[in-house]
Amino acid sequence: MEDWKRGRAMFATVAAAPLTWLTLFFIIPMAVVWLYSFGTNRGLTDIDISGTLVNYQRALEPLYLGIFAKSLVVAGITTVICLVVGFPVALAIVFSTDRWKPWLLLAIMLPFWTNLLIRTYALMAVLRTEGYANQSIGWLHDRFGSIMPLVGLPAPGAYEPMNLLYNNFAVILGLVYVHLPFMVLPLYAALDRLDRSLIEASLDLGAGHIRTLLAIVAPLAAPGIISGIIITFVPALGAYLTPDLLGGPDSQMIANVIERQFKRANDWPFGAALSFLLMYATFIAIAFQAVKAKQAERRG
Amino acid sequence: MNLFRRKIPLAPLEYTRRTSMRIWVGLVLFFLYAPLVTLVAFSFNDSRRNIVWRGFTTKYYEKALNNESLMTALGNSITIAAIATVVSVVLGALAAVMLWRFRFPFKAAWEGALALPIVVPEICMGVAMLAFFAKLDLPQDLAWPLNLGQITIAHITFCFPFVTMVVRSRLSSFNREEEEAAKDLGATEWQALRDVLLPHMKPGLIAGALLAFTLSLDDFVITFFTSGPNTITFPVKVYSMVRFSVTPEVNAASAMVIALTVILTSLALKLQSRMGALAQGH
Amino acid sequence: MSDASPIISIRNVTKRFKGAPSPAVDDVSLDIMPGEFFVLLGPSGCGKTTLLRMIAGFEIPTEGQILIDGQDMALVPPNKRPVNMVFQSYAVFPHMTVAQNVGYGLKIARMPSDEIDTRVREALELVKLDGLAGRRPDQLSGGQRQRVALARSLIMRPKVLLLDEPLSALDAKLRAQMQFELADLQDEVGITFITVTHDQDEALSMAGRIAVMNKGDIAQLATPSDLYEFPANRFVADFVGSVNIFEGTLTLDEPDRAAVDCPGLGKVYLNHGVTGAHGSQVWIALRPEKLYLHVPGEGKAVREAARDAPEGHNFARGTIKGMSYLGDITLYEIRLESGAMIRVSRPNLSRRDQEDFTWDDRVSMHWRADSPVVLLS
Repeated sequence: MEDWKRGRAMFATVAAAPLTWLTLFFIIPMAVVWLYSFGTNRGLTDIDISGTLVNYQRALEPLYLGIFAKSLVVAGITTVICLVVGFPVALAIVFSTDRWKPWLLLAIMLPFWTNLLIRTYALMAVLRTEGYANQSIGWLHDRFGSIMPLVGLPAPGAYEPMNLLYNNFAVILGLVYVHLPFMVLPLYAALDRLDRSLIEASLDLGAGHIRTLLAIVAPLAAPGIISGIIITFVPALGAYLTPDLLGGPDSQMIANVIERQFKRANDWPFGAALSFLLMYATFIAIAFQAVKAKQAERRG
Repeated sequence: MNLFRRKIPLAPLEYTRRTSMRIWVGLVLFFLYAPLVTLVAFSFNDSRRNIVWRGFTTKYYEKALNNESLMTALGNSITIAAIATVVSVVLGALAAVMLWRFRFPFKAAWEGALALPIVVPEICMGVAMLAFFAKLDLPQDLAWPLNLGQITIAHITFCFPFVTMVVRSRLSSFNREEEEAAKDLGATEWQALRDVLLPHMKPGLIAGALLAFTLSLDDFVITFFTSGPNTITFPVKVYSMVRFSVTPEVNAASAMVIALTVILTSLALKLQSRMGALAQGH
Repeated sequence: MSDASPIISIRNVTKRFKGAPSPAVDDVSLDIMPGEFFVLLGPSGCGKTTLLRMIAGFEIPTEGQILIDGQDMALVPPNKRPVNMVFQSYAVFPHMTVAQNVGYGLKIARMPSDEIDTRVREALELVKLDGLAGRRPDQLSGGQRQRVALARSLIMRPKVLLLDEPLSALDAKLRAQMQFELADLQDEVGITFITVTHDQDEALSMAGRIAVMNKGDIAQLATPSDLYEFPANRFVADFVGSVNIFEGTLTLDEPDRAAVDCPGLGKVYLNHGVTGAHGSQVWIALRPEKLYLHVPGEGKAVREAARDAPEGHNFARGTIKGMSYLGDITLYEIRLESGAMIRVSRPNLSRRDQEDFTWDDRVSMHWRADSPVVLLS
């Protein structure tokens, strides 16, 4: 690495365009929203930046605080499910044969590359009242229903389709569906780096598989597990599309509220305040990960 | 004891050969793929209600292809993705070289700022773009493709940091002695850059380009906040269709995009493996 | 005392890996006695590590049986086997201190913590690491990490300690020192050691018995000196130490004398019989240090010195084509009159011995009638 003063011409050439772009189209827009969060509405898009904290006060009202808490809980549950479901998958990929490994990785990555909206839509088609999930369960219900009188049990009534869509269950299922690859890939990377003889040494010294997983694998793969958690939690916290399409009226997450302020309620200053609160929450999560990663680096 | 279990036991680390693990992985893959597979399968179903199989048809593909607004949206999406990819690769590569090569004032701050578009929630970036372009108050009735400018700018902003990330990790494996050797043989700074550094960056540039293209094609939230009534992209169009109902037409359009994704991904893998083979040949 | 029964009994064990053309271990049978220092020696890929890992339980034999102390291990997972392993990479847990590493197995076994502390202290003393209990592995040198791995296994008081290439990651000086220490340690604790190595010096210096492996098979099982002086075949002769091998025909074979006609070396006379058919193809192995070099003109003395075989004298002539001075010895590459090359080493008994010969000198050499080894395969 060299000092910029020793190659001014080259430094100017490589730095000018990206830094200008970033400033113009990212830092300034962010600054505008940040300033709006201290403003009051005068007209439709005419905002007076008066330095008021009213917007933040309103964001701390129980209604919005509740939505914030709910978003955190939903993102948290999503992350835990992804971790529990994804960990064995990552483990299986790490220990699969060379012939299978690339295909398994591809199988996990392909949905990740598929359009988010299409995946959400596909899930909607499955979960609808007349969707495939209800169809299959109904079919099984009827089949078993026809058998039950034969074995002396009363025949059950007609199948009542379940409401699988437009509720919190659907939102969490959708978030897990969308974010599972985010969890599996960093877990895979962390587990793959692990020296296998460490696992063998633990088994050799008398520990069982579960014990080895908890005492040896988990601590050593901690940086990967934490980055998997953050990489799942952060986008799940700010998810807009999944709660919007799969959720019911009570499944609003913070991103939906922000969208409403900007697109429908036209209360930009309040939306700006909410959006910055969401951003701060994200930063705290990422800072936490950075600290943990530093600790792990110092240790290992 | 042996009489009861004839099967050869598994070696301790053969986790993948355990039946329970296989069932688990199978269920997860079923969970990931069943919705997509049914979606594609039923896009060929000759029934509007889309539940029971009524025979094979491609009429919904014809319908989707003849749906002018859907096709316009798809065209817009691909145009935006193409432009955003080219600009992102250039900006991203420059930023990567800058961060890799130079020490400069406030470098850590700039480095952090360059990573921000990756981590900031999409919704926050979306509203920032909305507010910014509203403040600029650009003319809305420009001719195609100039009217896509706002969306394209937004897409470049969140795509190029990803390119930077990919290219930079590629650069970290560059041996500075190669560049010094080029200079030793008489190349100027710029010639060395062009003849030695750029070829080394190439796999990173290709990977970055594919990433940028997919991200741009995929984006809904940020586009949702920057698109106007005449600048609908494919995801935004699908969104408006999906909000009302699940129709076979949307299935057909989605299946086409899934096919595009599979083709692009396999192309990327093929390129990557060829690059890998090339790199090993060196 | 049941010294007569083997602690480890390997019976017709075969291991085939999926997709591999030939088995990694091919129908091996082997008994290892309690208290032995046993070494599995062979080039990489010969199956020695696979065999060790099957004893530890990390690989499952495709066929055959492994008994430890008389018990069949087929269904016993590694964490339930009375053996412990020192890994090639040492596999010291990086997130635990030295004491935590060494005490890990006892903690798993639910031993009370004060007892663990005592045993850890003893084990660390045994491997001369006392005082480093609180260190983390990244603060240790390679040699110290190996001692941690040793202590971690020995503390379990296994019936057998398995060591996978224990010295390969150490530098030459440390390796020589550890060879002695390992042998002493084994003496002290009285546990059976099974070591895998590709380094013949390591094997010869430490082992009580050595099994030389080649392509999944045991090529020879013998004590170190037998292995060196009486190799069973060309592979062992060539792999253990340095050797000159000449093809020949057995022309005479009686109880007290034999002769082999080698086109490369001439007629080789032996003062003992070999068991081979007259006229069969055999090989003569002759170690470089068992040849005596003479300056021309000493011919008569040479002939006299070589007259210890009943039928004739072992004698050859050639020209020095290469020399390397190694300090304690000088190694000569000599082209024989037949055109074949032979290697001869000569101790530098006085300070100027290496000046006796130089390139292109014509020299004579002789060897004693009991030096060549006749190999049938």
